[in-house]
Amino acid sequence: MNINGIKIDDTFAEAFSMVATRLIITAASLKWARIAAEGATGFATSVIACGCEAGIEREWSAEETPDGRVGVSILLFTMKKDRLATQIKKRVGQCILTCPTTACYAGLYTDEMLPLGKTLRYFGDGWQISKMIQERRYWRIPVMEGEFLCEETTGVQKAIGGGNFLVLASTPEQALAATECAVNAIAPLPDVILPFPAGIARSGSKVGSKYKALLASTNEEFCPTLKNQVNSCLGKETGSVLEVIIDGMSRAAVEKATRVGIEAICALGAESGVHRISAGNYGGRLGKHHFKLHEIMV
Amino acid sequence: MKPLCFELKNPIRQRLNVSLLTPHTLKNCSIADILELPISLGYHEYPVKYLFNVTGEDTQHIIFTNSCALMDNIGHDHNGGYIEVQGDAGDYVGSYMRAGLLHVKGNVGRYAATGLRGGEVFIHGNAGDYLGAAQQGFLQGMRQGRVIVTGNAGHYVGQRMRRGLIIVEGHVGMYCGAHMIAGTISLFGQVGAYLGYGMRRGTLLLTHSPTSLPPTFKDNGDYDLLFLQLLKQDLVYPDCPARPTTNHVQRFIGDSACAGKGEVLVFQ
Repeated sequence: MNINGIKIDDTFAEAFSMVATRLIITAASLKWARIAAEGATGFATSVIACGCEAGIEREWSAEETPDGRVGVSILLFTMKKDRLATQIKKRVGQCILTCPTTACYAGLYTDEMLPLGKTLRYFGDGWQISKMIQERRYWRIPVMEGEFLCEETTGVQKAIGGGNFLVLASTPEQALAATECAVNAIAPLPDVILPFPAGIARSGSKVGSKYKALLASTNEEFCPTLKNQVNSCLGKETGSVLEVIIDGMSRAAVEKATRVGIEAICALGAESGVHRISAGNYGGRLGKHHFKLHEIMV
Repeated sequence: MKPLCFELKNPIRQRLNVSLLTPHTLKNCSIADILELPISLGYHEYPVKYLFNVTGEDTQHIIFTNSCALMDNIGHDHNGGYIEVQGDAGDYVGSYMRAGLLHVKGNVGRYAATGLRGGEVFIHGNAGDYLGAAQQGFLQGMRQGRVIVTGNAGHYVGQRMRRGLIIVEGHVGMYCGAHMIAGTISLFGQVGAYLGYGMRRGTLLLTHSPTSLPPTFKDNGDYDLLFLQLLKQDLVYPDCPARPTTNHVQRFIGDSACAGKGEVLVFQ
């Protein structure tokens, strides 16, 4: 398949099952909501070493949020529910509770709920106050600034992590410029996050390593500097590869983000320096969710 | 289907217990069955047909017409569906109700919504003493749900209340929120003496400053409390009067004679 002079490989992105939640952070201004959200989603690029994958989903207007203030929603992904509960406690407790003017609400309601304010309330040391409003329980935790308001629980649902596509370009500058376009196109989409720095990873990995202690190591088949040393997937025209990794609340959300991202790059044409789009897969060893690029782009 | 309508045939002089006439107890009853149901008037039992003209067939929508202040226990243990009372009602309206809506278009007697466990009691009139409170001998008042009174309410509103929300648009008597365990009472009129007497936790939300508070309450300062923004969603109902737009309140805490974690919030 070739779109606007850019070749789309006949391959698939291999993603894996995760569980996820959405949290809505509100604050007196968007600035402070974003500061809290960025803190809570910091160091959350990959479950390999960060405990979870997390990112900012979108901004919320005052009309959309429970308390009538502006806000930001974040998505958190882990492999198991108990780990997600741990990450919620740590990240909300350290980065949202501590941030001036913020409040934190569930952004997802499911049959199974995970603790949110239910565990954080103990910070109130007995002075916390519970309030049932609209059949939902909130905790008012006294803090030095005033009160931190937090919903008791948040929903959890099945999700997909590790959707991806690779951008192959002649130079690192061209790869970065094109990938930034893709990230900007994906950013407004709901139900997905791009957990890596600014949504872009330069160090795509493969499963395993020659070193037994490592769960993942560099994806040498796509490293330009290893051409002719390994069984490389790159031609001589490729000088740089960047990866966009997509975590989504559903298969449809990941598919849509993949399509929108690739379309944004293809709209730039071959003159952008991008000549090929591929995807990371590991022969089915990593996950059961396969996103075939040709099917997505039809 | 037409609502099931119970019209009181003649004025009564003794107290009438209509606790059996709720949507969930009549759910699988035919009209013939309903007409023969025994209800107590004073110390005697009579079939429904002796006291009421019954029309309609929708047992999930019950209407009492020509009702009076001697009709007790309307909506007792009500668990889903809709009960409408066109006229006054007696004592224990909505007591131990679990779900559904009970709408009284008139005044109600004492002990309305006592032990409420869910649903909504809407009183388009005045309520007597012990609204949403604990019945005598019980340790807890209402435990869930919402009670709205568009008129005034008597003494001991929300006494020993455990959870839920009471809204009174008019004035309330003495001992409002006395021995309150938790929950929220929102008062938009004047309040009587001994407000929050012995309250352990919970919130009394006022638009008018109380004329007096027990000496065991302390001024805690004035604050913008964010939870009020959320609570305001619960304070509104169709055609309700305007609500305060601010979240800025004067906060008093007490009753320090008990746990002392209750709060009286007065909108500024």
